[in-house]
Amino acid sequence: MSRYYTKDHEWIEIAGDTGTVGITDYAQAQLGDITFVELPSSGQQVTRGSSVSVVDSVKAASDVYTPVSGTVADANHALTDAPELVNTDAEVGGWLFRVTLSDPAELDGLMDRAAYDLYVEGL
Amino acid sequence: MRYLPLTDTDRSEMLAVIGASSVDELFADVPAEARLAGPIAGLPPHASEMAVERHMAALAAKNLSAGVAPFFLGAGAYRHHIPASVDHLIQRGEFLTAYTPYQPEIAQGTLQVLFEFQTQVARLFGTDVANASMYDGSTACWEAILMAGRVTKRGKTVIAGGLHPHYLATVRTMARFTGDVLDTRLPVLSPEPDDAELIAAIDGETACVVVQYPDILGRIPDLAAIAKAAHAKGALLVAVVTEPVALGLIEAPGNLGADIVVGEGQSLGVGLNFGGPYLGLFGCREKFLRQMPGRLCGQTLDADGRRGFVLTLSTREQHIRREKATSNICTNSGLCALAFTIHMTLLGGEGLTRLARLNHARAQSMVSRLTQIPGVTCLNEAWFNEATLILPGDAREAVHALAERGILGGVSLGRLYPDAPELHRGLLVTATETTTDEDIEALAEGLAAVFAGEPA
Repeated sequence: MSRYYTKDHEWIEIAGDTGTVGITDYAQAQLGDITFVELPSSGQQVTRGSSVSVVDSVKAASDVYTPVSGTVADANHALTDAPELVNTDAEVGGWLFRVTLSDPAELDGLMDRAAYDLYVEGL
Repeated sequence: MRYLPLTDTDRSEMLAVIGASSVDELFADVPAEARLAGPIAGLPPHASEMAVERHMAALAAKNLSAGVAPFFLGAGAYRHHIPASVDHLIQRGEFLTAYTPYQPEIAQGTLQVLFEFQTQVARLFGTDVANASMYDGSTACWEAILMAGRVTKRGKTVIAGGLHPHYLATVRTMARFTGDVLDTRLPVLSPEPDDAELIAAIDGETACVVVQYPDILGRIPDLAAIAKAAHAKGALLVAVVTEPVALGLIEAPGNLGADIVVGEGQSLGVGLNFGGPYLGLFGCREKFLRQMPGRLCGQTLDADGRRGFVLTLSTREQHIRREKATSNICTNSGLCALAFTIHMTLLGGEGLTRLARLNHARAQSMVSRLTQIPGVTCLNEAWFNEATLILPGDAREAVHALAERGILGGVSLGRLYPDAPELHRGLLVTATETTTDEDIEALAEGLAAVFAGEPA
């Protein structure tokens, strides 16, 4: 399995030692039209569960927490001009940032797709 | 809001409903030792309205107030003429509110005024955007420091010696709770501010440099040089303007490289009011818009394509974003902003420049007359409407002696900096369009008489 989910509605896709992070389709639907995404800078050190990005919608400004610790490797700068990508393509083209993992064991605490779907059903 | 008094019958009916026998019984849970027994010590017993008015009028008559004496005080609060139309218009029922309304979009007129206010402030400051106002200049100054920390993710602030000491006191109070590091210095009595020393203090940890323009001593710092040095270290320049009328003559801080410009708007449309309520002004570069504190009005089109106004980007604000908000201010100084906007609209750009020229001309007359007094010199190389005189002795004593002669002769540096004796011969004097030749002559003769030791 290479994709994991959090209870805060982030997804992380693992390739090698790097994880790509976004918010789930469920999360974007709850937020409504997304108007702005504040992205982290490359090289920034982050710890699991800390807020590293902010997604502004017409309803709210919501923090996005990194599911893993490590170093920010990249951010999706396409969102600066097209934040609506998070609405239209939340789980692929609407990714937010990439993290080089410092502790891959942190992934063990995350959910797989089936577990996340069950979790969302229970909300 | 109406005042609805209670009758004894109302009161006893309400008490009967909740099963209490007296109002005092409602306070039974307050421990006896925490309750007040009898009248408050030192306060006189109640009196009739007429007696209170008579008493207050007698107290007020003891004041030597700005409107009745030759008046040269400034230092962050400026006496300017306010056209009668400003007071008339702000008191219209459609406008008369202290804040943005709770249901803002229903008050389109109020939002339109705030939108125009923002436009005026942004043009005055040379910034891309401005917010719908803050409490006053000093709190706007602190908010700018907080904002610079959010933008740069750094925690150190370098503050020029020319920042008003009361603004610095506000910043110190707030920084105690946030842990921001403040690198401060006292002003030095030199003809020009020591920009080189300030520039040398900027390092790679610095979030922003805070520079007042003109500074507390009336001098004009070289903002462009400071901005360049700050940007080279990745820091922001915060410019603070306590006398916005000056910007009718000197270059807007935003055009000189300031990233955030804050100020006190009292000078335009708001009276001295014993120090408040005043009007915080706040503008910045567009790229920092989402880190800007406070309310922001936007212009849009409604469903039928008609022009309309909204409060925009509210998701940054406390009522939505809670503790992650850009600021705990969730309001603005609505009525003072309205007065500012009306006064600015009456003046127009050209009128503001003429007003500024007039202020400067009055200050030139003031300084050239006062420096004819033996022993009195002017510190400043340049000034707008306020300059620092150096007296032969402690300026505090001179100010008291002048007040006894019915002259409000300026703000002594000893009052602003009681712990810095090297500044105590300094006297800040201000002239505005309200200052007459007779006022200047009265101050000059009064000062000469004080130094000559003549009795009042």
